[in-house]
Amino acid sequence: MAYSDKVLDHYNNPRNVGSLDKKDPAVGTGLVGAPECGDVMKLQIKVNPETGVIEDAKFKTFGCGSAIASSSLATEMLKGKTVEEAMAIKNTELVNELSLPPVKIHCSVLAEDAIKAAIQDYKAKAPAPAPAATA
Amino acid sequence: MLKFPIYLDNHATTPMDPRVFEAMKPFFIEHFGNAASRNHAFGWEAEEAVEKARKQLAGLVGATAKEIVFTSGATESNNLALKGVAEMYAQKGNHIITAATEHKAVLDTCKRLEKHGVKVTYLPVRPDGLVDLDMLKDAFTDKTILVSIMYGNNEIGTIQPIREIGALCRERGALLHTDATQAVGKIPVNVIADNIDLMSFTGHKMYGPKGVGALYVRRKNPRVQLTAQMDGGGHERGMRSGTLNVPGIAGFGEAAAIAQAEMEQEMARSLALRHKLQAAIEAELDEVYINGTMEHRLPHNLNISFAYVEGESLLMGINDIAVSSGSACTSATLEPSYVLKALGAGDDLAHSSIRFGIGRFTTEEEIDYTAGKIIEVVKKLRELSPLYEMVKEGIDLSKVEWTAH
Repeated sequence: MAYSDKVLDHYNNPRNVGSLDKKDPAVGTGLVGAPECGDVMKLQIKVNPETGVIEDAKFKTFGCGSAIASSSLATEMLKGKTVEEAMAIKNTELVNELSLPPVKIHCSVLAEDAIKAAIQDYKAKAPAPAPAATA
Repeated sequence: MLKFPIYLDNHATTPMDPRVFEAMKPFFIEHFGNAASRNHAFGWEAEEAVEKARKQLAGLVGATAKEIVFTSGATESNNLALKGVAEMYAQKGNHIITAATEHKAVLDTCKRLEKHGVKVTYLPVRPDGLVDLDMLKDAFTDKTILVSIMYGNNEIGTIQPIREIGALCRERGALLHTDATQAVGKIPVNVIADNIDLMSFTGHKMYGPKGVGALYVRRKNPRVQLTAQMDGGGHERGMRSGTLNVPGIAGFGEAAAIAQAEMEQEMARSLALRHKLQAAIEAELDEVYINGTMEHRLPHNLNISFAYVEGESLLMGINDIAVSSGSACTSATLEPSYVLKALGAGDDLAHSSIRFGIGRFTTEEEIDYTAGKIIEVVKKLRELSPLYEMVKEGIDLSKVEWTAH
């Protein structure tokens, strides 16, 4: 099957590969997919607790080139967005940007799931925004 | 000098040997006759070429020329064998035994026969890919007319104990068909010694042309009969009508003659290259698993799972090498290879597999390059793999609650 140039680019030069400290309260980790399905994505975000802005995002993916590209692109899109903005990211944005064929749409769906899982994990860890610290 | 892409997918098809092409050439333009034309020289020349090829094929597999029926390929041969026997022997019984790791040309033919009242037993295989003979013994019923077990597997190269299976069939009065597409021309196959009654094979897996195959149909002890599945002029002793593909058959015959003459040295050469590839990979990478037994295996096959790396992404990284993966992430169902699943390898390892098929024209240089490239890309993808990271952290992946999708 032919891959789009953008998929090839992300596959050959994946952005933001790596891991953040999952014990850090500012870090949210999403782990989605299953090895037996041929796709597992780990996506992590690091949120600035003051501003709610995602300052860093990292991923590791076991999956086909389109799955790697979808998660790589997702980390790029996440950086600089607020958590609320990140919640609104749709898989179709990834599909369009990477020109994914119909048989690869599930890769973008998985990336969207990974984003949501990372945000949920972050929110679960950091209970409601803490009141301003008192002197 | 290396030429790219490197071809290591010789189970899918083999390049044509230039000697085969030379043997075919005269039968396109110059000697174009119909082998069934009995009353002029054009027909006689064509017939002579066909009969020469028939002898060459028979010689390769220990048959007599009259036992070779030409078809369009192994898929047609498999269809003719199974459907032809089921129809011809319907009075005697309606039970067929086959195995889970057969080619789709056998499995799907069986599925169709089931719709017409035939009972089919699909034997599981052992983790090494071989059929369990005790299980086969138990599968026979008094209605069993045919056992169809492939000789060498197209994905994992495992060689089934055909001789023993054939002996069991004799005891139980059933016929043995074997799809020997991957084995004939690569390893010694002898229909007499191996107790084979029907055997499918094809030209393009042995450096011959595509579009021509053969079905061996035993004529003595027992005399096997088939109901034709193609009606027409009654060619091939009434078993397969249709004007013969004379240039293809001439090439198929030549390919068989070359394979027979060079088999011994070719087997040794393939084995040496395979050892080299396997040793290089295993020296550099941990957690690589060979699928299927190494003991009973086609010399040119290597099927390896690279744990924690998905097959399709691996193929993408080695796109200057033509191989094939057991992963099928392109399908809507995400189903990996049913052959690897039948070994009980686990879907994750099935998704991580690559099939290497070494051929007559594979060079040592190509093997060295391939090993180096595989090692490099697997290392890179493992850096990317959350599974590899988790395992290195000491997490047992089988205990993780995955969100299957």
